[in-house]
Amino acid sequence: MSSNSTLTTMRRTVEQLKLEASVERIKVSQAAADLQQFCLQNASKDSLLVGVPAASNPFREPRSCTLL
Amino acid sequence: MGEMEQMKKEAEGLKTQIEAARKAVNDTDMASAAAGVAPAPRVQLKTRRTLKGHLAKIYAMHWCTDNRLMVSASQDGKLLIWDSHSGNKVNAVPLKSSWVMTCAYAPSGNLVASGGLDNMCTVYNLKTPVIKTVKELDAHAGYLSCCRFLSDNEILTASGDTTCALWDLETGKQTTVFLSHVGDCMCLALSPDNNSFISGACDSLAKLWDIRDGQCKQTFLGHTSDINAISFLPSGNAVVTGSDDCTCKMYDLRADQEVICYQDAALNSGVTSLALSMSGRLVFAGYDDFNCNIWDSLKGEKVGVLSGHDNRVSCTGVPADGMCVCTGSWDSFLKIWN
Repeated sequence: MSSNSTLTTMRRTVEQLKLEASVERIKVSQAAADLQQFCLQNASKDSLLVGVPAASNPFREPRSCTLL
Repeated sequence: MGEMEQMKKEAEGLKTQIEAARKAVNDTDMASAAAGVAPAPRVQLKTRRTLKGHLAKIYAMHWCTDNRLMVSASQDGKLLIWDSHSGNKVNAVPLKSSWVMTCAYAPSGNLVASGGLDNMCTVYNLKTPVIKTVKELDAHAGYLSCCRFLSDNEILTASGDTTCALWDLETGKQTTVFLSHVGDCMCLALSPDNNSFISGACDSLAKLWDIRDGQCKQTFLGHTSDINAISFLPSGNAVVTGSDDCTCKMYDLRADQEVICYQDAALNSGVTSLALSMSGRLVFAGYDDFNCNIWDSLKGEKVGVLSGHDNRVSCTGVPADGMCVCTGSWDSFLKIWN
């Protein structure tokens, strides 16, 4: 590899790191709280978490009706 | 000091700076923060459908936005479109190259795409009287590992040539090339607002990209091997990755770091695929050991397992309405669970 392209790559790496260093970060406790809130707010709509009643489950085998 | 030496020093300095900035906001970990949250119930899902039709290993599947149709790709050289409710095959698309690694359904339901060791992404129109190839996107210098439609006009690809690319489907040309990974790109996921995407690669890094300006905005460290699977949390603020290092990790975008790791000493198989439930609470991760483990995303505990495949689980997907989870395997079957 020519020394010129290694230099160019290095310059790009430094520029990229500068960009990533300038990111504004929030506290993990805040991030965790927001995530929890989102999960809990949407929990009731999450079929895989709360289950889906057989009648409204499109993947359930249709039951035949029995006339008594 | 030569310029090279100077820049190396500057790079090291910046890396140290980033590490320190991340530590400074690391005032807790997710599991501790979730101590007060009620544990997720033990998740026991039943196989509702076993989709038989492929004749070889299944490598990928993707749900249509209608929550009913899905596309699967197998190295038998076919894409199959399934009606998940009836379990019937709706369409079969023969592939020019059987070495397929990925497939995708356009949000409109009009198009599907596939690609693999042919280094190309081929787009098909499902709505013409006979399924037609509408474009062959040919510019990557390595295999196509993943593709995702933004619309009927734009598609994102990830490649073994270490780049990701945004393509214009009218011209068939790359609009933007995303350069930064130093290993094969293995997976990508679109943010819920479609403004950014996240990629995982064999350099064990996950990177967040701005779709429009082409910039890598953030890089996430932590994994010690290839990242094979990646997904956004529905909230858009966090991503989950699955790796050959046998763990899954959640990275929070605003805290700019790993916030929890899903691992078990007994698990020594790589993670091949993952999908999240609609609320983001459950992580379905497919492993090389033929199982799909279910993790509580907030507490980091295993809450269930999907056993039933006779070979590696290669792909997992939850439809937009969250009504079920689909697993695809090297055993040539797809299973639908809920």
